[in-house]
Amino acid sequence: MGAGHAHKLYRHGHSPVHELPPHCKLAAAFAFVVVVVSTPREAVWAFGLYAVLIAAVAAAARIPAGFLLRRLLIEVPFVAFAVLMPFVAQGERVEVLGMSLSVSGLWGAWNVLAKGTLGVAASVLLASTTELRALLLGLQRLKLPPLLVQIATFMIRYGDVITDELRRMSIARRSRGFEAGGIRHWGVLAKTAGALFIRSYERGERVHLAMVSRGYAGSMPVIDEVVATRAQWAYAAVLPAAALAVCLMGWTL
Amino acid sequence: MTPSPSSTAPASLDVSGLAYAYPDGHQALFGVDLTVGQGERVALLGPNGAGKTTLVLHLNGILGGGVGTVTVAGLPVEKRNFAEIRRRVGIVFQDPDDQLFMPTVREDVAFGPAAAGMRGAELETRVHEALEQVGMAGFADRPPHHLSFGQRRRVAVATVLAMRPEILVLDEPSSNLDPASRRELADILRSLDVTVLMVTHDLPYALELCPRSVILSEGVIAADGRTQDLLCDEELMRAHRLELPFGFDPRSVSVA
Amino acid sequence: MHVPDGFIDAPVSIAAGVAAAGAVAVSLRGARRELEEKAAPLAGLVAAFIFAVQMLNFPVAAGTSGHLLGGALAAILVGPYTGVLCVSVVLLMQGVLFADGGLTALGVNVMNMAVVTVVVAYAVFRGLLKLLPGTRRSVTVAAFAGALLSVPGAAVMFTLLYALGGTTDVPLGKVFTAMVGVHVLIGIGEAVITAATVGAVLAVRPDLVHGARGLAAPLKLRVGGELVDAAPAAAPAAVPAAARSTKPVWITGLVTALVLAGVVSFYASASPDGLEKVAADKGIDQNVKEHASAGSPLADYSVKDVGDARLSGGLAGVIGVGATVAVGTGIFWTVRRRRAEDLTAASTATANSAG
Repeated sequence: MGAGHAHKLYRHGHSPVHELPPHCKLAAAFAFVVVVVSTPREAVWAFGLYAVLIAAVAAAARIPAGFLLRRLLIEVPFVAFAVLMPFVAQGERVEVLGMSLSVSGLWGAWNVLAKGTLGVAASVLLASTTELRALLLGLQRLKLPPLLVQIATFMIRYGDVITDELRRMSIARRSRGFEAGGIRHWGVLAKTAGALFIRSYERGERVHLAMVSRGYAGSMPVIDEVVATRAQWAYAAVLPAAALAVCLMGWTL
Repeated sequence: MTPSPSSTAPASLDVSGLAYAYPDGHQALFGVDLTVGQGERVALLGPNGAGKTTLVLHLNGILGGGVGTVTVAGLPVEKRNFAEIRRRVGIVFQDPDDQLFMPTVREDVAFGPAAAGMRGAELETRVHEALEQVGMAGFADRPPHHLSFGQRRRVAVATVLAMRPEILVLDEPSSNLDPASRRELADILRSLDVTVLMVTHDLPYALELCPRSVILSEGVIAADGRTQDLLCDEELMRAHRLELPFGFDPRSVSVA
Repeated sequence: MHVPDGFIDAPVSIAAGVAAAGAVAVSLRGARRELEEKAAPLAGLVAAFIFAVQMLNFPVAAGTSGHLLGGALAAILVGPYTGVLCVSVVLLMQGVLFADGGLTALGVNVMNMAVVTVVVAYAVFRGLLKLLPGTRRSVTVAAFAGALLSVPGAAVMFTLLYALGGTTDVPLGKVFTAMVGVHVLIGIGEAVITAATVGAVLAVRPDLVHGARGLAAPLKLRVGGELVDAAPAAAPAAVPAAARSTKPVWITGLVTALVLAGVVSFYASASPDGLEKVAADKGIDQNVKEHASAGSPLADYSVKDVGDARLSGGLAGVIGVGATVAVGTGIFWTVRRRRAEDLTAASTATANSAG
């Protein structure tokens, strides 16, 4: 949460996608990914259509392609893993550029890459069109247990505060001439982590005190309710519904 | 004791014979007696470890179980009254980051009234008024983390003002503020029509804002009187480890 | 590593999601019991801490560095239930905000990185504490062992889910050796950092180390303001409650361990063909070892020293599982026996340490 509320993940805008209630978007993104994951990997064209759907949503949300693609980089470690697959998988083999590759491994790599990328793209679209606070309200609306939502809310609220403390401790260390250079310095870093834990925990107790002082008795008062009209639900459902149609074609064709 | 403006209303705060020991046996309060009349602004001075925070936490029932009584505008601080007591006693803690625990300023200010059951337009009005009082109405939808320290402290004051408290309790309100923020906060506090109990080490600030001061030392009220008189009493000050900033002479200040 | 979408097929992802939801539900109840109404702010702050501490880089050598995963640390510092919640929330936020870990794979990720890590770490930690003398050093040692096993434990869980619903044709034995091998290495780093961090907290605020409260309680009086310790007189009455509160953790750990041991070794030895095939192909084998399981003793073992691939596959499974599970199981048994003795003796000390 290093970036906090005006998080870099979020792109401010007033597109139809931005305006949708958060829980509709969460549900739509989730349903879309479920559909994608359920698609047979042999239906290569289906994944092409999914990509078109995602691109259409990005266009509707006025998210520039460059932004979306940059955010897809989170996938990179995983791509490296997928690249290995054709080498290690078993079964029938083909010769590609003089390397013996497993056919099923190639399919596997394709499967994981295609589905993984579409999944990341859907999440990125969700995060870049929905404010953090709205996402939490959306999760709450989707009946995530209240305690879990509260924990997430506090985590978001204090993520920055604690990251800042960590940064200040690091500056203090370096100001005294300490530069972590290897395993022999782990002790010092662990002391930092330990001190950070103590500060976090004590802050948690003080926050609790402040909450109790303002009438908290175990449950958070409902301050904001997000509501969605039938039309908004229908609008949000366009993406997963279209994807489902593609998926069904993928299974039948 | 300063006479309260309206003699018929019960005192905003009445503490009598309060003694308290922590579960580990360490005793912090040894019979505190303190009355704060309605509309008064009182500074609570004292060295570190005198029991100031312990006393503050008794005012809204977070600590309890010792001897003695606390009543807020006639209502005893007891478990069955906690909801009402916590509405009446607004505590502003020292670190605004502890106080502002919600994701946006608006929600934070709304937390107290909403916990008391307020909803809808009434809640919105209440939040707006409170933010207006501290001059932060334009920041309602900002996350607290993006405000300056002084702004956060002002929002923290708004979070308790939104509950329309009988008494405002401030823990070191001037700490970590730059001089401009300090003055702005003083202006705000002076403009409020509410009883104030201010725990502070900042003696000039106490002199500026509070006509009356009490000194808490070793778990009892060691002195109670006009702030200027107490600050001018060098022997008293020395006895309780209270020191004026270099070059500050309380006699030279004319208090309204 | 956060599992992305599409790596595990839909039915198993959904099943893992249901299992994860169940585990989180149990943890919600447990955390409420552990922390009462303080649960939300404390767990929220600890989640923020876990999130922040994952950014703290621990330099290894020559420009490389690692970071803490935090499951074991959370379990030991704030208890298993709160630990599961904190790590789950971190994973949820990472998935939704950063697209780190697929949305459909959330259940898989929670099972691997929140549930298994926390349960294994806490079970091993508590188990060792019962066996070792009640000193501060023992707490550090137990934290080390707990964190060490928790990471390969998650790798075993991953392999299990992969066996059930993996979408690629990579032979199970290979996935197993690669995952467990790499994660044993990661586990060593995790263990060193976790133990040192727990040690650092222990030195300053031993009362905050949830897993070691039993050790601290008889010696220490709590300082801090609003914290209320149970009066000593109430301790004997608390014996059944305390025993009840830790029992589910023990049983869950035991069952998980046994299930993992059974299923994984079954699968590992039931699909020897892949290993046989790959082992025959030296070039590819070289390739994998370099990339995936460099330095893994298991990888060496299954390929070099044992000629028969079937046997080697089975052995890899058995040994790998043994590394994470058999030790744990042994500890469980000993501890459970000891516990029973202690309980019949109605020792107050046990009551304190169990609470």
